[in-house]
Amino acid sequence: MDAARFQVRPRPVGDPGEQPARAAIATERLSAWFGTNHVVKEITVAFPQHKVTALIGPSGCGKSTFIRCLNRMHEVVPGARVGGAVWMDGMNVYQEGVDPVLIRRRVGMVFQKPNPFPTLSVYDNVVAGLRLNGERKKAALNAAAEEALRGAALWDEVKDHLQAPGTSFSGGQQQRLCIARALAVKPEVLLMDEPCSALDPIATAKIEELIYQLKDRVTVGIVTHNMQQAARVSDFTGFLLMGELVEFSATEKIFTNPGDSRTEAYITGRFG
Amino acid sequence: MSLALRHRVNWIALGMTGLCALATVSVLFFLLGYIAVNGIGALNWDFFTKLPKPVGETGGGMANAIVGTGKLLLLASLIGVPVGFFGGVYLAELGRGKLAFAVRYATDVLNGVPSIVVGIFAYVLVVLPMKSFSTLAGGVALGIMMIPIAVRSTEEFLRLVPASVREAAYALGVPQWKTLFFVVVPAAMRGLLTGVLLDLARVAGETAPLLFTALNNRVWSHGWLEPVSSLPVMIFTYAISPYDDWHRQAWAAALVLMILVLAVNVGARLFLPRRRGIA
Repeated sequence: MDAARFQVRPRPVGDPGEQPARAAIATERLSAWFGTNHVVKEITVAFPQHKVTALIGPSGCGKSTFIRCLNRMHEVVPGARVGGAVWMDGMNVYQEGVDPVLIRRRVGMVFQKPNPFPTLSVYDNVVAGLRLNGERKKAALNAAAEEALRGAALWDEVKDHLQAPGTSFSGGQQQRLCIARALAVKPEVLLMDEPCSALDPIATAKIEELIYQLKDRVTVGIVTHNMQQAARVSDFTGFLLMGELVEFSATEKIFTNPGDSRTEAYITGRFG
Repeated sequence: MSLALRHRVNWIALGMTGLCALATVSVLFFLLGYIAVNGIGALNWDFFTKLPKPVGETGGGMANAIVGTGKLLLLASLIGVPVGFFGGVYLAELGRGKLAFAVRYATDVLNGVPSIVVGIFAYVLVVLPMKSFSTLAGGVALGIMMIPIAVRSTEEFLRLVPASVREAAYALGVPQWKTLFFVVVPAAMRGLLTGVLLDLARVAGETAPLLFTALNNRVWSHGWLEPVSSLPVMIFTYAISPYDDWHRQAWAAALVLMILVLAVNVGARLFLPRRRGIA
């Protein structure tokens, strides 16, 4: 494919010191529908490698739907449809013949509500992705479990309770367990759909710190309705309104000197 | 309306609901008690170990009918459980639109078909071509009886597994069929097994479908192609007979059948595992 390296430079970058990064994943005029309801409208955006990119916007602006399009999770809902392209390493994720299963192994996802597998222990939860994809070797599973749990800053809390049910831990721990489970399959991109909205402030702070550390391993895309959270954890921020991307820029610029009056209205709390 | 009147109305309404609830429960206990009182006298070791005696002699048992019921239920599950399970999986996970609606509707209609009609169907399907009443024919009839409930209970219990669990698996890059069989089904396993056991308990008492499929047998039935005795048919035969000894044995058989069904019911709720592993 000649468009092999689809590089997208994050548009209006505010911080001049910021080097244009290669995109781990990028969308091109991406649209999404539920039935006839057009919820994501021609969004073109890139997620720079090993950075945290946040998408903010009021409830119902399409940010969750948008992020679910990136790893082809949108289409599991009956009646859902996608238009446009999502690029990874020069490959359109929506090209005919691309197996969504393989995309989801490369682009992991963490959901709003912690959703550990209800019948499984901590250990089994973390290695579920590997096992279900065919890994049988005990040593490999053990190593992957420890690495993923360390990566999710959960190892010290659960290392003596690996056989306890995953659902027996606190909400914040369960969410980090879900992050560990996603990390265990070694994705290139980790998408987070309002990962803290069901958690208390302390658990939220832990996850935010974790997101910051995760940058070394993966590219992070996070959807949040919490603007302070976006400001704290992200390098780049996009503001969505009614299914459209209003503005995308370095986080610092969005929050100090937004280019669009609607962005300014939103971040100063005048609506949304 | 004065407060005193309100209190009185409240008391009457509460009393009525309590009375109706009591009536429901007492029917069960009256039934159980009546069968127990009448059946316990004829129940002895011979009942479980001996064959029925020829007409005119007292004593004997229903060992062949107990084993026969077991064999019929085994055959019925071999037919009803797989068909019901995969049908339920189709409805819960894959079926969309008109076809799924038609399948679901047909299942409900099949559930409403009188059991004697299912018996006739099995008679035409198995007994006529093979020119013999048989365990096989009875098992087929009961198996068909099991299908609709197995389908719907499978569907219901699979639907109870939250969408978030499926999404978690999809997001890990697990294919749909693996998600289904290694994540969703284990999560629903307790419910699925309960459904199957309750379904079995229900067909264990069916009589009509067996009348002209399994028929009856006063001696041991060998293999699967001979007529076979079963508890419900024995109860029917003995209850309408003119002999007092047979009447007593019919009560005993009713008691055994009830205990069997109750044991399965209670066992299904108490002893099935709550947690299941995957992969």
